[in-house]
Amino acid sequence: MNGILPLQLEDVSYAAGGRKIIDRVSLALEAGSSTIILGANGAGKSVLMRLMHGLLAPSAGRVVWNTVGARRRQAMVFQRPVMLRRSALANVDYALQAAGVAPASRERLAREALAEVGLLAAAARPARVLSGGEQQRLALARAWALHPEVLFLDEPTASLDPGATREIENIIRAFDAAGTKIVMSTHSLGQARRLGDEVIYLHQGHVVERARFFPLPATTEAAAFVKGELPWA
Amino acid sequence: MLEALSTGLRLVATLDLRLWEIVGLSLAVSLSAVALATLVGLPLGAALAVGRFPGRQAVIVVLNALMGLPPVVVGLAIYLLLSRAGPLGELGLLFTPGAMVLAQTVLVLPIIAALARQAVEDAWLEYEEQLRSLGVDGLRGALTVLWDIRFSLLTVVLAGLGRASAEVGAVMIVGGNIDGVTRVMTTAIALETSKGDLPLALGLGMVLIAIVLALNAGAHLIRDAAARRYG
Repeated sequence: MNGILPLQLEDVSYAAGGRKIIDRVSLALEAGSSTIILGANGAGKSVLMRLMHGLLAPSAGRVVWNTVGARRRQAMVFQRPVMLRRSALANVDYALQAAGVAPASRERLAREALAEVGLLAAAARPARVLSGGEQQRLALARAWALHPEVLFLDEPTASLDPGATREIENIIRAFDAAGTKIVMSTHSLGQARRLGDEVIYLHQGHVVERARFFPLPATTEAAAFVKGELPWA
Repeated sequence: MLEALSTGLRLVATLDLRLWEIVGLSLAVSLSAVALATLVGLPLGAALAVGRFPGRQAVIVVLNALMGLPPVVVGLAIYLLLSRAGPLGELGLLFTPGAMVLAQTVLVLPIIAALARQAVEDAWLEYEEQLRSLGVDGLRGALTVLWDIRFSLLTVVLAGLGRASAEVGAVMIVGGNIDGVTRVMTTAIALETSKGDLPLALGLGMVLIAIVLALNAGAHLIRDAAARRYG
């Protein structure tokens, strides 16, 4: 079976309410390395990932995966996970069912995924009463059960404390180790360094630079972000 | 006045047979109508909340307007449908409890469908991205949301039940208020009041209010327990 990567974005633009949020972005994402999308609030990080994942349709340009049927071989974890009013286990089971997994293997896969994120003991608990960190781990379990080739993460630790953040990062590393391509947006440079192999700097809907972490970025906008200055001020 | 009230209370307390027949029929008619309207109205509202088709806004406006249907007008329309010369006259339903269920279903359906549409649409804002990311959209997504907010929808169903149990006009016209056959609480209250038999009217009024109160309290307890259990 061919992989769904590389993913090609060809001159992709996205406009909403007369404003261009993503402006003629062309890039290719290869399998293997973890890609971090950095940028200020409103730079278009979330929109760019939603365009890649297919939740938004580009107003111009094309998003092309290597194979057809790529939709089912990718997953996304949002900043605020949405849990169904049922048990943690049933939430993972729902995702498996939606992906067309046969009932016979669903429970085993769901339990494996919960074990992977350390939530097996909470399998029977209602998902909505779990803590924020636990809910985000459950969202990762839901993705894990699907064994995606690409995992998009939209600021997955933005509303979590350091302890919960560390747990989430460990799980993201496990995805990486299992061969899943990580595409993640974050505000945290530290997190980008810990998890990323390469960085895409986004500024006002443009990709201003794409680089490995070192040496420090060349463009002024990207360098300013790394140095903690405010590029929009 | 006070005498009427005490006689009314005595009728309730002594389980007056005539009174309880009327109460029983009222409950049977209104609960059946609400059950039918719920069965049709919830999926209809959910489909309308999630579906995108030309004319959708117009359908929503009409549906919302239908919430205010005057019961006597619905009664008249059903009467014409079911009357001997009408298109459904052969069914022989006019002046039977079946006709009353039909009329109340027509009255309640827009309320349940319109309120469910609003509730599902609000929830859909929260669920849509997540569900679409999981490969779920359209009708399947609507049903998932419907089930997920089932405890909030209790209030929607109760609004429908309130409408059904309180209305007089429709059941009066299509049922005919026949003693022992189609006489329900509201039509009996109207009749007894106009006859001057205030004790029975008051007794029925108290029972009606007590039933509505009990149903709402029950629903409140269920919602409360569900919120604590499921978050």
